[in-house]
Amino acid sequence: MIGPGLLRGLKITLINFFRFPATIQYPNRRVWLPELSRYNSLTPLKLFLETPKSAILSLFGMAEIPMKIPQSPRFRGNEFAWFEDRCTGCASCAKYCPLGIIEIVTSPGSTDIQEGENYSIDVFDIDIGRCMFCGLCVEACPYDALHMGTSFERSTTVRNKLVINKDNLNNSDKKPSSWYRPQFEEREFNPFDSEIEDHYEAGRHEKPEKRTMKDRWVDRNN
Amino acid sequence: MPSTQPVTVNLGPQHPSTHGVFRMRVTFDGEEIVDVEPVFGYLHRGSEKLAEERTYTQVLTLTDRMDYVSSMLNNQSYILAVEKLANVEPSPRGVWLRMIASELQRIASHLVATGFLIQDLGALGTPLIYSMRQREYILDLFEMLCGARITNSYLRPGGVYMDAPEEFWPALDKVLLDVPHAFDELEELLSANEIIKSRTIGVSILSPESMVNASITGPMLRAGGVDWDLRHRNPYDFYDQINFHRPLHNSSDNFARFWVRIQEARESVKIIRQCIDKIEPGPVRPSFDEVPRLLRPPPGDVYSAIEGSKGELGFYLVSDGGIAPYRCHVRASSLINLTLLREMLIGELFNDLFVSFGSIDLNMGEVDR
Repeated sequence: MIGPGLLRGLKITLINFFRFPATIQYPNRRVWLPELSRYNSLTPLKLFLETPKSAILSLFGMAEIPMKIPQSPRFRGNEFAWFEDRCTGCASCAKYCPLGIIEIVTSPGSTDIQEGENYSIDVFDIDIGRCMFCGLCVEACPYDALHMGTSFERSTTVRNKLVINKDNLNNSDKKPSSWYRPQFEEREFNPFDSEIEDHYEAGRHEKPEKRTMKDRWVDRNN
Repeated sequence: MPSTQPVTVNLGPQHPSTHGVFRMRVTFDGEEIVDVEPVFGYLHRGSEKLAEERTYTQVLTLTDRMDYVSSMLNNQSYILAVEKLANVEPSPRGVWLRMIASELQRIASHLVATGFLIQDLGALGTPLIYSMRQREYILDLFEMLCGARITNSYLRPGGVYMDAPEEFWPALDKVLLDVPHAFDELEELLSANEIIKSRTIGVSILSPESMVNASITGPMLRAGGVDWDLRHRNPYDFYDQINFHRPLHNSSDNFARFWVRIQEARESVKIIRQCIDKIEPGPVRPSFDEVPRLLRPPPGDVYSAIEGSKGELGFYLVSDGGIAPYRCHVRASSLINLTLLREMLIGELFNDLFVSFGSIDLNMGEVDR
């Protein structure tokens, strides 16, 4: 039972003992003073004056700052980025969803002078509690209105809050993942640094200039 | 000499060593196992029935959740069946990409199997964490490819959903350099250690004839010296353009099963390197004019199998011309590899029960579906 093989195994555990850890501290990680001052962008002296407790802790490497987990831009988080201005209410996403958890109610709404009649979206509910984040709805969307989000910290204590409705979707951060959105990868859009402000930027096509839009709608007959 | 009386013990279903929710009624005589009665079905989710009311693309998300440590291989098996049913000609780049992805998944699955063997032997934690650490780097690659680590619906009929991002290829090279070292370490831990040797060599021997009769496939069969690998015998995708070696062992005991898994993962690295050499730029899936989102295959049935990480993984699909399969049946390799559990365990000691059970490398998500 006992032989040199045990020592060879112990050698491997010894080598691994001195390896750099592969684990990531989450949600906070402990830092020393230089990193804390860099994180707060304050000089160490100011740090001691403003937040003495964490500054003293940082002398022992015990001050805590939030940890940002390295993620891929295609990461499918448990939220959605939705652009109401792009959505036509065609309900392709609702039809393509394997679980049928997207509820869309539309009504013949406003009339846009330039585009003609369009539907107004009354209800756009996604039941996150039953969603499995397969991303098929995003694949089905023909107008690039619905995108997977990249954030994943959405836990609640109430089950009703897991249903995200139109207001939540409109007010949430527009940090879409590039899952099935090759235009974001071509543009090298990083959802962890920047946010999409304008709904034109989320589409597959270039944003038309104002002049060309005028050509299209006003000076068409000239 | 005191006489002993057989004792029946209920193991599971909520037992940490049963790799899921599996129940065994084991009768012991002293330390010796006299009878084993497996009871399963605690993780039954009705995936096959659910598939009948989903479209062909939506069923893909169910296959992710069958064998959740090798979902990429489940996807591949299902997509091959759909392509055969709907006569879809896949795009070459998509096929190479899904071969790379599925071989990566095979490495990850074998890492889990090997790590849990040492865990079952009683080495709590440390060796398991070595293999899980290495698996994590492979899951990072999947996150780059498809945004999910485990339930990755990456494949589509005709190829994959999107091309690999640019940062994937250097990361893949790095992982391919690391993986052989990780297996060197695991092999050093596994095959050099006298305690592991004495507890696995010669335990739970199955004869090749009985394994063939019970239609056991995969590393378990190759550990008995039967050269049966569907990648070689019935090449799917582009495996006919790939040279690889099929590791065999003759002793068919617990040690052989894990030795075969480690060598097979090393071969997977070589297969991925050949795939990288042969991959060429191009579309990764046919256009939606050729393969629409809503597939309507002609009426008929098809069976298509691949060499999964645990054995032959096949999908039997029947189409009635509609948008959803009329019937979907899965030939789950874990379930069929379980058939000889009783023969494996009778006459062994109580200590070896979970080691032999773990050496099947079964996944309850696939057994119960």
